[in-house]
Amino acid sequence: MEPVLALVSGALFTAAIYLILRRSIVKLVLGLILLSNGANLLIFTVSGLTRNAPPLIPEGMLTPLGASADPLPQALILTAIVISFGVLAFAVVLIHRAYEVVGEDDLDQMKDTDR
Amino acid sequence: MSFLVTLPILIPLLLGALSVALWRFRLTQRWLAVAGTGVLTVVSVWLLLEVYQHGILVVHMGDWPGPFGIVLVADLLGAIMTVLGAVSGFAVAIFSLSSLRPQLEKFGYYPLLHLLLAGCSGAFLTGDIFNLYVWVEVLLVASFALLTLGGERSQMEGAIKYVTLNMVSSVILLIAVGLTYGLFGTLNMADLADKFSQVEDTRLVTLISILFMVSFAIKSAAFPFFFWLPASYHTPQVAVSALFAGLLTKVGVYALFRMFTLMFDQDTGYTHQMLLWIAGFTMLTGVLGAAAQFEFRRILSFHIISQIGYMIMGLALYTPLAIVGGVFYIMHHIIVKANLFLVSGAVYRITGSYDLKKIGGVYRSHPWLAILFLVPALSLAGMPPLSGFFAKFIVIRAGVEIESWPIVVVALITGLLTLYSMMKIWAEAFWKKPPEPLEPVRHPGAFWVLYVPIAGMALITLCIGIFAQPIFALAMAAAEQMLDPQVYIDAVLGDRP
Repeated sequence: MEPVLALVSGALFTAAIYLILRRSIVKLVLGLILLSNGANLLIFTVSGLTRNAPPLIPEGMLTPLGASADPLPQALILTAIVISFGVLAFAVVLIHRAYEVVGEDDLDQMKDTDR
Repeated sequence: MSFLVTLPILIPLLLGALSVALWRFRLTQRWLAVAGTGVLTVVSVWLLLEVYQHGILVVHMGDWPGPFGIVLVADLLGAIMTVLGAVSGFAVAIFSLSSLRPQLEKFGYYPLLHLLLAGCSGAFLTGDIFNLYVWVEVLLVASFALLTLGGERSQMEGAIKYVTLNMVSSVILLIAVGLTYGLFGTLNMADLADKFSQVEDTRLVTLISILFMVSFAIKSAAFPFFFWLPASYHTPQVAVSALFAGLLTKVGVYALFRMFTLMFDQDTGYTHQMLLWIAGFTMLTGVLGAAAQFEFRRILSFHIISQIGYMIMGLALYTPLAIVGGVFYIMHHIIVKANLFLVSGAVYRITGSYDLKKIGGVYRSHPWLAILFLVPALSLAGMPPLSGFFAKFIVIRAGVEIESWPIVVVALITGLLTLYSMMKIWAEAFWKKPPEPLEPVRHPGAFWVLYVPIAGMALITLCIGIFAQPIFALAMAAAEQMLDPQVYIDAVLGDRP
């Protein structure tokens, strides 16, 4: 399963970088969304996929029987999803506002501050 | 005393929440910000003194021991950074009283300011890499909102670049954190330092270290990744600019110092050599970029970049003296750079523009402001006996000692060109006659209020220069801690069986 998820994560990164390099600000934000999802999937994969072994301790025991999945990466990913959701909500409002004041969704029209 | 470690995070968080609750009472919010950042400064100084006298302070969140819970760690570097963050927050809160466009207070300027300071303190004091990521995100979100407050076209254009590149950097940081956990099963910095030092095949560790390096190099605006900074830092309200200029990029620099002394010292021939190249190019490109500019705040923005180069140079040379120089440089730089932006705001109040070609004659109308400009400006360029002289002297001396000539030459040239830029601002804004009659910006606040933070910061700059010996001793103690990771590891994991 790991190689497949690694490839999916790689594909997400590829698509994200392609979208970020486009000139449209809408595609830019779509790229950022894919980028953070690719990162989340990568953390999930790299921490090891353990099937059929939830980290539960049977009643009356102190440790789980045998190997079990590690819940921490999922906690990390959940935190990261919430954070990136907040930031992306801001980014969406930002591009909407930028579109209103500039009147274009073309990044090439937004170079005034670089001069 | 360990409750002290949590206070620099809790105070601004509580004040931020309180400011939101007092949403309509803007006068209260204003004075709450001044008083709150003042208290934050006092508490941070207290924390620093405590750490200086009694060694590293550690708090285990929820009393979870060792590497399992999240720890807050105040070592000297972290405590010094917290003090600097609080001082610049205090100065900016006072400056905001009389420089902020009144309608912006309606949109939650003060809650965001507190949130930003909480994020910075958290990033400086955490001992857990995932927690570091979370604090960095907290301060980034606050900075996004502060940057766009006002909603002008230039702010939107700058913010798109700022938000995009900082998000990419955060994703890289997240990937690095995730890979670290996947490979070593821990997120605690001390535990990681311990595990990394026992790894036999260091190639994977070096790979992860490069991910961290790229991420924090983007955040600290180092050489190939600095383009977001001059595109955005001159667009928001000047109080916001000053806080960003003093503090935000230094969070990246702080993280580089933390990571590349505590955790990643396996392959210094590769990683620190790369940092040295980054440092050299950062200095040169920054200062050359500034030479081409004619807008007050853009010149200063490019100088942030070149100064970041000096700090990274201190880290990259990786001798005890060089690290001392790096820490000293950070202390000097945060104060001086924030102050220069504050001066630019005062000049804007007087002349109505940031464009050096349109303004002039400030020396004639406000001679004291001109003198207060010269203190940080000459300090930035490295004139004795101001703070910048000692900062540059220590870093360059460290380079001479290990005969790393190319970087020494670059550092000296950069110093000279910095002086050129500062003299350009002096000649254009302060000395020459204004080409057209000036129209001051109308603002309900009194002008003299602006002098308070500017004079205070200039006084600190003078003091760092005049009392360089005790400051040097402090930086040396910080560097000793950083170069001996075992002290940090024992402090955090000491009670481990």
